[in-house]
Amino acid sequence: MLWQKPVFELLELLKRKEVKPSEVVQAFYERFSQTEEKVRAYITPTYEQALQQAKELEGKNPEDYPLYSIPIAIKDNINVEGYPTTCASKILEGCISPYDATVIERLKKAGAFVVGKTNMDEFAMGSSTEYSAFFPTKNPWDLERVPGGSSGGSAVAVAVLSAPLSLGSDTGGSIRQPASFCGVIGLKPTYGRVSRYGLVAFASSLDQIGPLGRRTKDVALLMEIISGYDPKDSTSAKVEVPKFSEELEREVKGLKIGIPKEFFEFEMEEGVKECFDNFVKFYEGLGFEIEEISLPHSKYAIPTYYIIAPCEASSNLARYDGVRYGYRARAKDINEMYAKTRDEGFGPEVKRRILLGTFALSTGYYEAYYLKAMKVRALIKRDFEEAFKKVDVIACPTSPSTAFKFGERTQDPIKMYLADIFTVSVNLAGLPAISVPIGRVSSLPVGGQLIGRPFDESTLLKLSYLWEEHYKHYQEIPL
Amino acid sequence: MEFEPVIGLEIHVQLDTQTKMFCTCPVEFGAEPNSLVCPVCLGLPGSLPVVNKRAVEYAIRAALALNCKVHTFSVFARKNYFYPDLPKGYQISQYEQPLATDGWMEVNGKKIRIRRLHLEEDAGKSIHEGNKTYIDLNRAGTPLIEIVTEPDIDSPELAREFLETLRNILRYAGVSKADMEKGQLRCDINLSLRPKGTDQLGTKVEIKNVNSFKFVQKAIESEIERQAKILSTGGKIVQETRTFDPSSGLTHPMRTKEEAEDYRYFPDPDLLPLVIKEERIEEVRATMPELPKQRYERFIRDYALSSYDAKVLTDLKELGDFFENALSFYPEDPKLTSNWLLNDFLGQIRDRGLSLEESPVNPEKLSKLIKLIKEGVLSSKLAKEVLAQMFETGEDPEVIVEKRGLKQITDENSLVAIVQEVLNAHPKEYERLKSGETKLMGFFVGQVMKATKGKANPQLVNKILSEVLSQ
Ligand SMILES: [Zn+2]
Repeated sequence: MLWQKPVFELLELLKRKEVKPSEVVQAFYERFSQTEEKVRAYITPTYEQALQQAKELEGKNPEDYPLYSIPIAIKDNINVEGYPTTCASKILEGCISPYDATVIERLKKAGAFVVGKTNMDEFAMGSSTEYSAFFPTKNPWDLERVPGGSSGGSAVAVAVLSAPLSLGSDTGGSIRQPASFCGVIGLKPTYGRVSRYGLVAFASSLDQIGPLGRRTKDVALLMEIISGYDPKDSTSAKVEVPKFSEELEREVKGLKIGIPKEFFEFEMEEGVKECFDNFVKFYEGLGFEIEEISLPHSKYAIPTYYIIAPCEASSNLARYDGVRYGYRARAKDINEMYAKTRDEGFGPEVKRRILLGTFALSTGYYEAYYLKAMKVRALIKRDFEEAFKKVDVIACPTSPSTAFKFGERTQDPIKMYLADIFTVSVNLAGLPAISVPIGRVSSLPVGGQLIGRPFDESTLLKLSYLWEEHYKHYQEIPL
Repeated sequence: MEFEPVIGLEIHVQLDTQTKMFCTCPVEFGAEPNSLVCPVCLGLPGSLPVVNKRAVEYAIRAALALNCKVHTFSVFARKNYFYPDLPKGYQISQYEQPLATDGWMEVNGKKIRIRRLHLEEDAGKSIHEGNKTYIDLNRAGTPLIEIVTEPDIDSPELAREFLETLRNILRYAGVSKADMEKGQLRCDINLSLRPKGTDQLGTKVEIKNVNSFKFVQKAIESEIERQAKILSTGGKIVQETRTFDPSSGLTHPMRTKEEAEDYRYFPDPDLLPLVIKEERIEEVRATMPELPKQRYERFIRDYALSSYDAKVLTDLKELGDFFENALSFYPEDPKLTSNWLLNDFLGQIRDRGLSLEESPVNPEKLSKLIKLIKEGVLSSKLAKEVLAQMFETGEDPEVIVEKRGLKQITDENSLVAIVQEVLNAHPKEYERLKSGETKLMGFFVGQVMKATKGKANPQLVNKILSEVLSQ
């Protein structure tokens, strides 16, 4: 069946004209129809439009398009011209994007199709997709459990294969943690690797767009398209983009993998550690050196993150004021309009973070909170720099637990925040990291995280590729 | 008790760039509302700012013209506040680490220190009509520099002169048109009073957004009067922000310190720190256009102009440009050119209510007129007539001279004949002249001028008369 085939095989079939673009889109559309009602991964499905585009592409030469007719699901905080971009928020309901994000521009040029805008935690704030203002997305492996978040919809889309690839965004773990909960691969690129232009900002210094998929090579192919300097994003880096999909098949030898001892001082669900040990043993068996390392400041990562991210968010979300677009509450004067619009338009987690950030930036608190957090951030970054003098890659579980049940953590924000305990330090340090499925605890997927040096996504993809040949996680398909 | 004012100014200047500070939308005045906008300056979700390099160059140039230290490392920061014409809910500005600091400017021999100069973006415009408010975001994102002085200004006149001098420097540096009427230069005033001769500091009052040079002086005068009255009756000044009402000439309270907003400044994570290489700063310094003081000195030195003429030609940059432009066509007599430009030419402009730009007489045409005067083709009296005609028709002076036969008669032979005729026509007077009544010379010159309808060259007539008499 077409929808079970990896992207690199689909591309071959398309090039040989053994299948037509519309057949590919149709196959995933059917898969969407079978699964969507159960999992609810999409806020706005756009398969019909994709089918139309597929027909237009049929006369064109596949050789000119590196992602010729590949369906891709897009997190609903990335602008696609002509489609709504809601960020799963009432405040942006009904807003149609007048422009394409740079990643979308590049995907369109590469011949890919947007098959839908996926569900997420409102403005990417959350770790379960329960904070979507519209509906929660369900974990396909257990419909009573969350898919993780905030890119829950994008993770579920590739888990159930209503799309072979998707884009998410990762500010503190929002690609890797749902990838881990849903049993797929998720890559958070180095900060600056992928343009943020058109990604609705949550925390600008931490946000990064990245791919999710079932096969390492597919993820690599998508990375080749979306990566690279963009003059529209001042924080994007002028660093050469390797041919990731070719590099990953090259032999790797003599790698050193570091295991941060501090990460294992945290409470961890039973079974997660065993999966991880097994994962590490595999690399040891390949002759890689395993070394314990120390990231002494990583224990401050959560509090540091929950100062910096809300500070930036409080400012980034100020534009949703009801004046120019989106939701506007009826009120008798401008100040009441602002207050009511934002009170009625934002959900509880977004408001919580806006309040946190507004407080932490206020006169008299700025030094104690924001500045201090920025100093700790620098220390966390330095820890990694020190560690990377000794090792090439750092490995740890992606999350201390498997997917939890709906409602389990919404009453306790701190507990929710701890789902990101292994992922946030990576964003604070601006490093690349990948989450790969490494096993299961009572039928629920477990993810392992590999963290690399700046702009060394290649090594992460190589390791993921080796692992996937050993543990063919992609063969397991839910629903 | 006698008080003296302590005044500092905060000036916002619109940079004269083609495009906005953080996007490529054009900067234009008077376009259809909300027609010069894009996702970036509208603050649409997902859009990102990119620094306009030309704006940075202009800001460096302005900073150097004001003798500032330009920093190789400065940081853009967000100033957070809600306002309907502020699309992002924050203004991108510079706060803790501005582009430039520690400058100074000389005004009438007094040095006024510049504390800082930084780059920022402008907000949009709110248009109030009845009980409705409309927003025009064409101006949103226009590049501005904010210039903050130390409180070195001690009189309302000096404040006005400071602004006039600043405007001139910015115009000469080519960084802004700095037209206050068009809002390209806006001024906030900080003012406190203290007992004359002491160096204690009083409570500071800020007067926001005063929009003409005259009003700045008036606002300060009125605020000094208000504060002095309070202080001399034992009252206390409230630290607050006030506005100036030009119709009453008074300032009115706007908000007190307690109501002041907390802007929650923090470095803008969408922009990298602004790093400028030392060589770049030197490059901008080396290509700095001539500044007013330099031009003034050069006009005196190279063209032997009077100090007064040089000042007039410097204060109004366009006039000085016109002058030099005219000289480029005919450089023989700068002083004569300056005289004609400042007197008769400006007189025509004024009488006709024209601006320099609208003048039908351009520098080249004026230079042709100067040439005709200098070469004796036109007497000064005829030249005035020709100039008026030039303003009337826009024609070249040669054309007018030719058409109307206004050419001075400089041909000696034909003049000798005319002089002879005039002498013959007035035999009595001729006799008296011959017998030594020299005051009759004037009479005869006048008669010759009359006979030639003013076209005779008076010096030549004099010469011929003397020659005839001495025969
Ligand atoms: Zn714009």
